[in-house]
This record gives sequence, structure tokens and C-alpha cells, in this order.
Amino acid sequence: MSNASNKVFAKTWMIAVYVFLYLPIITLVVFSFNDSKLVTVWSHASFRWYAALAQDSDLISAVLLSLEIAGLSALMSVFFGTFTAFALNRYKRFKGRTLLTSMSSMPLVMPDVIVGLSLLLMIVSVQNWLGFPERGLFTILLGHALLGTAYAAVVVTSRLREMDSKLDEAAMDLGCKPMQVFTLVTFPLLVPALVSAFLLTFTLSFDDVVLSSFLSGPGYSTMPMVIFSRARLGLNPTINAVATVTITVVTIAVIASSFYTSHQERKRKREEAQAYSDSNK
Amino acid sequence: MAKTQSFFTSLSAGRLAVIGVPYFWFLLLAAIPLLIVLKISLSEMESTSISNMIDWSHGWPRLTLNFASYQFLATDSLYIKTYLSSIKYALITTLLCLAIGYPFAYYMARSPKHMQPTLLMLIMLPFWTSFLLRIYAWKTLLVSNGVINNILMSLHIIDTPIEMMNNSFSLLLGMVYSYLPFMILPLYANLSKMDMRYLEAASDLGTSPFKAFWLITVPLSKAGIIAGSMLVFIPAVGEYVIPELLGGSSTLMIGRVLWDEFFSNNDWPMASAVAVVMILLILVPMGVYNKAQAEQMEGK
Repeated sequence: MSNASNKVFAKTWMIAVYVFLYLPIITLVVFSFNDSKLVTVWSHASFRWYAALAQDSDLISAVLLSLEIAGLSALMSVFFGTFTAFALNRYKRFKGRTLLTSMSSMPLVMPDVIVGLSLLLMIVSVQNWLGFPERGLFTILLGHALLGTAYAAVVVTSRLREMDSKLDEAAMDLGCKPMQVFTLVTFPLLVPALVSAFLLTFTLSFDDVVLSSFLSGPGYSTMPMVIFSRARLGLNPTINAVATVTITVVTIAVIASSFYTSHQERKRKREEAQAYSDSNK
Repeated sequence: MAKTQSFFTSLSAGRLAVIGVPYFWFLLLAAIPLLIVLKISLSEMESTSISNMIDWSHGWPRLTLNFASYQFLATDSLYIKTYLSSIKYALITTLLCLAIGYPFAYYMARSPKHMQPTLLMLIMLPFWTSFLLRIYAWKTLLVSNGVINNILMSLHIIDTPIEMMNNSFSLLLGMVYSYLPFMILPLYANLSKMDMRYLEAASDLGTSPFKAFWLITVPLSKAGIIAGSMLVFIPAVGEYVIPELLGGSSTLMIGRVLWDEFFSNNDWPMASAVAVVMILLILVPMGVYNKAQAEQMEGK
């Protein structure tokens, strides 16, 4: 194969994969503006389903519940994920390190149905023993925070690994106490990773249907649970409208955060260069 | 020993907290729940509650293990068929993801350096938007009066709608679609770090590009292939949402059986037994994955 035809093939392949990945998303968005009651037949453009969405109090309260759970569980995930990352990165040898490694990667690969079932059975056992917790917001939070911790740990770990440990050493040589090293040096350097871990675990929670279904109690339906139960019954144009709203918000957030990260990166590089040239004066 | 190491190890209280907090967290929410699943799979349903495994009525504890659920699993051919069918679908999904994802990751790793962050973000972006909504979107595309059939019929390419929903085709399409980024990302991470001098050396020594690809690129990306395949295969075996929305009643998947045993039949021991056997099935691939990950970390 000649080089030119090779390049054409490579481009075609890549474009085909992107089309495959984006086709359903584009369809969702386009048909959310469709006036017809039939989800799949185009009549003419309208905001009819957005108006219907605004009236849909079930869906709106589900969205609010999902936002609350996603925010709280993302905070918990970042907290425990950072601990996990530090434990596995800073201490190379301790008893049961292998167990912690495999426990922390378990939620990443284990099918959702197993994680959901096992957590629910654990919660029911605790309930029989202590009389709480009731199934509801708190139990969903626990499930999402478990899943999120595993992901947050991966994000923070990769940042910790590329961070220069010389900076910590320098801070200590200059007389910082261990706690000061963390608050003045390590933590500020970790912030971008913590932000992306928060965004990732927020999205995971906002998207989850299986864990929530196992862990929720009566009266607690998250947005994905409502969408799932409607999608099972058939096609429903309000789903397209809610999809378009979430896709818009997520796209803006992802682009904004990637700008933020690259801005931070550039700022850091600039400051490093500045510090270097100052020290050489 | 490095100084950071000694600084952290010197702080025994801090060390205890840093290790203890995640340990407690994962023991409580990951390890103990799995043991409870094992326990409940060995008990039986007594009207609305679960039988007690430990019987104290004689004044001393007596352990009763009930293998009824497992016996039922082993004798009912539908369960065995469903396990086999789940493995089959997960395997086909993995192979398709590899066939589509490898060339993609390869070309992405060789595209101009300034383009790569954008190309990568375009792979991640659908991953950030709701998985459930994307699966639902395929439903609107694939049903017999759906978008694809409507377009094909209005262009007079076909006269009658093609059956694309509620069969193996729609199931596999949904699975490949959802899991493709999980294959592409580790492969790309691996391929973009490859030392191109090996390939230059091979071509200087007269190896054809095709041969160099099979003899050098593929073996060097083995870790990425293993990681990607396991990240697709393991969750695919237990997938529930995709078969429920796209698979119809004819495609057998074990995740759905577990769900139905739990939510429709309220048979917790049976659901637990189904889960335990599923875990046994994915234990080997999980071991392979962990070993590959560990090796990769050692290599760095």
C-alpha cells in the first residue's frame, strides 16, 4: 500500500469511528426539536418538548435529586480517592497493600449489578442489626461514592506519579513541617487533578441507573431511573429534550474545564521558567 | 531511601490515618458486601426473610449451608445457556472493539502532535454524556419505524423496514458503541509512548511495514491490548442496561437474570448465587488484568 492511500484509509477510519460515536447524540439533539409526537418522524421544528419538560414535575424533581446526590457523592469520592491514592503511592510496603489495590480497583471492573446487589445486601444486614440506615438518599450516596472513589483514586494517582517529589524535599529542607508541605506544596499542585476527579465522579453519579435502582427506597427516583423506566416502555420525546439539555451543559463544562487545565498548565510552566531565570541572575 | 518516603514513614499517626481511612472504606463497601453475597447465596428464602445460617437453638452455634440455589443453577439448563451466551456476547464485543479500536488508536497516536489532544477529547466527550441517553438514542435509530429505516425507505433503497432491534445485532451494536472508548484509551496511551526508532531500525534492515507492524508494534502494545480487552470484557459479561433496552427477549444475558431474580422473583439467595458464579467467571480475566497493570507499573 502506498503512503498516500494509507493516509486516506487512516483518515476514513477515524472519521467513521467519530461518526459512529456521535450519530446517536446528534439524533437525540435534532429530534428534541421535532414537533411530531412520533419520535422518529420529522414534522417541523418546535420547542414543544421543552415546554413539556418544564411541566414534567416528576422528571424535574428527579433531576434535582440527581444533582444533589452527584454533588455530594463527588465530594466524598474525591476525599476518599485522595486518601487511597496517597496510601498506595506514598507507602510502597505495608501489610495488605495488595488487598487495598484490588479492593480499590474492584468497583472499576466489576459489573454494576454485582456492586449494587452486594451493597444492598450489606445495607440490609446493617439495618437488621442496628435499625438504620433507611434505603434512600444516603444509601444511593454510599454506592455512588464507592464507585467514585475508585475512579478518583486513579485520577489522583496519575497526578501524584508525575509530580516531582523533589519539590516536597525542597520544602522540607527549607524547614516546612510535614503538614505545611502538604498544604503549601502538595495540595496546590494536586488541585487540577482534584477538579477533574470531581467532574468525572459527578458525571458517573449523575449517569448511574443500576446502583441507584438497587439502593434507592420508595420516593427516591434519580433522573436516570426515571428515564430508564420510560425508555423501557417505549420512545418518549421529553427524553430527547432532557438529553439535549444535559448534553449542552456537559459539553460546556468539559470544554471549560479543559481550557482551565491547559491555562493552569501554561501558568505553571511560565512561573517555573520565571523562577529559573530569577535564580540564574 | 528517598526523603519524601522517610518523611511520610516517620509520621506513624499520619501513616495510620492515610492507610486506615481508605482501608476501612473499601473493606466496608467492597470486601464485606461480597462476603455477604456469598453468605446469602448459601442460605434460603423463608417466606419473606432469609434463613439464618447459624442456628443457636441447641445452645451452640450450628452452621447450615444450603446449596439449593447452586443446585438449581447447575441443573436448570437455562442458567447455563445464559452464562454461555453472556460470555459469547462479551467475547464478540471485545473482538469487535479491538478490531475497530486498534487501527483507530494506532492512527491517532501517529497523527500530528498538536491534533492529538483534540482527537482525544473527542473520544472522551461522548463518554461524559449520559450512557443511558446514548443507548436510548440507538433505540430511536434502530426500531422498525425508526430514523434509519425511515431514511432508507424514503430514499427507496428498501421497501420494507429492516429488523434491527431486539436481536443480537442491536445488542452487539449497543455494547460495542458503549465500550469502544474503554478499548481505545488504553491502546492509545500505550501506542503513543512507543519508541519509533524500533520501526525505523526495522525498515533500515529491510523489513516491510506490514511485517514490522506484526513483529514490532503489536507485541510492544501487548499491555494496552490486554488492558483494553479486559476493561471491555469484564463489565460486558454482566451488562444489564444495554440488553434490557436493546436486546429484546431473545438475547440471553446473565445480568438481566440476576436483576429479575432480585426485583421480580424477590429470591435473594438465587440472585446471590447467580452473582457468585458470575464473579467466578470473571475472576480469571480480572487476575490477568491486575497482573498486566502491575507489570506495566514495574516497567516504569
